[in-house]
Amino acid sequence: MSETLQTLHYDVVVAGGGLVGASAARALAERGLKVALFERRYCGAQASGVNYGGVRCQGRPEVQLPLAMRARRIWDRLPELIGIDGEFVRSGHLRLARRESDLEPLDAWSAMAENYGLSTTVFRGAEFRERFPWLGEGAVGGSLCMSDGHANPRLVSPAFARAARALGAEVLERTPITSVTHDGVRFQLTAKPETGDELHVSCDWLLNTSGAWANHIAGTFGERAPMHAIYPNMWVTEPLPKFVGHNLGVYGGGVYARQVERGNCVIGGGRGTGDGEYAQPSADTTRAVMREACALLPALRNALLIRTWSGVEGETPDDNPIIGMSRTTPRLVHAFGFSGGGFLLAPGVGEVLADLVTQGETATPIDAFAVDRFATAPVSHAEV
Amino acid sequence: MAERTVNSGDTDVANVVIVGAGPAGIRAAQTLVAAGVRPIVLDENVRWGGQIYRQPPQGAGFARSMQALYGFEAAKADAVHNAMAALLPQVDYRPETLVWACDPQRLHTLHGGREAPVAFTHLIIASGATDRVLPLPGWTLPGVYTLGGAQVALKAQGCAIGERVVFAGTGPLLYLVAYQYAKAGANVVAVLDTSPFVEQAKAAPRLLSQPSTFAKGVYYLGWLRARGVRVEYGVTLENIDGTAGVRAIRWQRNGRESSIECDAVGLGFGLRPETQLADLAGCSFVFDDLNRCWLPERDAAGRSSQPGIYLAGDGAGIAGADAAELAGRRAALALLEDLGVAAPSMPDVPHAWDATTIERKLASIRRFREGIEQAFALPKDPAAQWPDDMLVCRCEEVSAGTLRDCVRQDGVTEINRLKALTRVGMGRCQGRMCGEAACHVLADASGQTYAQVGRLRAQAPIKPIPIAPMLFDEHVAAIPEEARDE
Repeated sequence: MSETLQTLHYDVVVAGGGLVGASAARALAERGLKVALFERRYCGAQASGVNYGGVRCQGRPEVQLPLAMRARRIWDRLPELIGIDGEFVRSGHLRLARRESDLEPLDAWSAMAENYGLSTTVFRGAEFRERFPWLGEGAVGGSLCMSDGHANPRLVSPAFARAARALGAEVLERTPITSVTHDGVRFQLTAKPETGDELHVSCDWLLNTSGAWANHIAGTFGERAPMHAIYPNMWVTEPLPKFVGHNLGVYGGGVYARQVERGNCVIGGGRGTGDGEYAQPSADTTRAVMREACALLPALRNALLIRTWSGVEGETPDDNPIIGMSRTTPRLVHAFGFSGGGFLLAPGVGEVLADLVTQGETATPIDAFAVDRFATAPVSHAEV
Repeated sequence: MAERTVNSGDTDVANVVIVGAGPAGIRAAQTLVAAGVRPIVLDENVRWGGQIYRQPPQGAGFARSMQALYGFEAAKADAVHNAMAALLPQVDYRPETLVWACDPQRLHTLHGGREAPVAFTHLIIASGATDRVLPLPGWTLPGVYTLGGAQVALKAQGCAIGERVVFAGTGPLLYLVAYQYAKAGANVVAVLDTSPFVEQAKAAPRLLSQPSTFAKGVYYLGWLRARGVRVEYGVTLENIDGTAGVRAIRWQRNGRESSIECDAVGLGFGLRPETQLADLAGCSFVFDDLNRCWLPERDAAGRSSQPGIYLAGDGAGIAGADAAELAGRRAALALLEDLGVAAPSMPDVPHAWDATTIERKLASIRRFREGIEQAFALPKDPAAQWPDDMLVCRCEEVSAGTLRDCVRQDGVTEINRLKALTRVGMGRCQGRMCGEAACHVLADASGQTYAQVGRLRAQAPIKPIPIAPMLFDEHVAAIPEEARDE
């Protein structure tokens, strides 16, 4: 190859190799576009790769459901799309009620979701107890969505990047973008690989999929979003005999839990600590979540904790992501701020971004995620 | 190292914690107490003494003399034990206490079925070492122990690991444990040293910088030989045979295969510092060629990169028990200096030298250590020998072949990335046992040096901890509303 990367022009540059960026790169490459993805560390090594792994439509706000349902269909096709199943298990998602008064909103959500083709069943009373004998007194009922499940984030995200590469996308890890401008016609970028010379590339479209760090690019184009870093706190037990039947959540939040094929229970809830760049789990949070987790899953009391971890994720004021066209810059597209709920959505977001680039629009309703929806909201000084 | 500021002056507000009650922790505590500071001493063991001076449990039903337990080191063991015994009224000693996590200025501990935080302003980490484990096919069979594990069985439980025992690997501990076993009446059928004898001979001049230690090594070897124990040098360990348990061990030297029947193998390739706590405490790390591992940075006095955190003993770099005593004292003197407290005069304590003398002695021991490393070098590129179907990580059942495939397919060059993609080091041991082997496989498969593949980042808990004890604390804050994700 006589032409070096330095001289290259791409149809699309994807900034950030998380699950959103990697799946967008894959979708775009599949549609025949010339794509480069820049990731300053490793693809899927940030929030996409260290999150809890819930593949869950249940419990989402109504505005997310069309996107969630589109994304959910992609999860069934993982082997075909990325060559592995990512340990995706259609285990069902059980959203628990801690008290009788929580059952009513579960019913209401269930009725609403029916309109989007999502089926759930609410259990209560003796039937609930009989059906889920492994649950403790901490739960009095729950809503079961059998089409939900869980997967292994450590495997899924890198596999999307690998698939993008296999379809011809240029995937550059350990290559941070160091500057980006729009010259009125196209974007001009420089990136500096950890080893080797600085790269100069131009592109027609720029996808800002840099997660908690997305405001670096959004801010460059005058549309910083009110987003702050969060550090979800997670831990895992030694392998236990199988007893957790479903991916578990709780109405009102606080704890979520699943058991992997090998028997380890993965449990999340609350926050670790961090500095916007790196995250640490918090022993205090782990303790607090353990108390809630053991109320729901008494068998955990006899288990050993083997590892705790956290990751850096961006959260918006309304907990909805920012997805869609920039209001300041043509052909700049944002997709970030998933507020802890991006794992299921991401492959769907990748398709939506590919729609926007190739068709200028998408059939999936995303107006609620517009970047300028916070324009009148006060901006917190804690934003990143 | 960066400039530091340490809270100074008022010892009443200083909250000094020592982790580890081995030679380093005990001498640190003694020095602090002599200066009027009352430290908290957290130790994972039932009784003080650490690994090298491990005491048998009280009332365990077997009794062996100091001489039988510690041999040439009996006097030192006695001195260290007595020093701690004398300190007990003046320290807050908490045995059987596992430190499992570290926040800024706070340790998280597990003791007596309860989980509790321990606040500190100043922390001396004297966390000691464990065996450096290098696998070979068959290493997961019942009957295979680490050298340290074999030694613990003898010292703390008064039993041998088998009827016909082979000790294999390399390092001074190989001969010491073989000697201790044979002396205690166990049937040691062979000692298989992967280092060539010629290297040990070449290292003799350096080793003679500690003539008494050198002489002991020679003595152990002579003693074993005189009793007819087979000693082989320069071997390449091939396989531990057996199905339900160890049946034999096979090796090769100069192209010639040999094997010997046995029912237990004590395996070890020197020691590996326990650096997890320093890692969780935020200390910066640097690759150390002598120890062939990443170590927390420290100055000659034992100050880490984190203000108020000091490192001493084998946990900061393998140097042995004598060095640990010195480094424990030195770290305590540094801590006192940072507190603005005068160094204590300790006329009753033998060898309670000043800081300068201690540093000079430690430098001399380091020269001896270089000799040890020359004499007992790790097998070169051990991973090149390992077959694809050999388990590297026994907790997660990850084989060498799985790791190599991952390197090939994903171009992995960094150990934490390999961990994320394959689960190596994600099980109960958290890489404490398998991490080094995984790094060797990665280095070999990716064409990098061992140092280039990086180090596994520590993640709490340092060792698996039961969940039930975490539920007692009534003071646990509720999860804040804004952090209650679904």
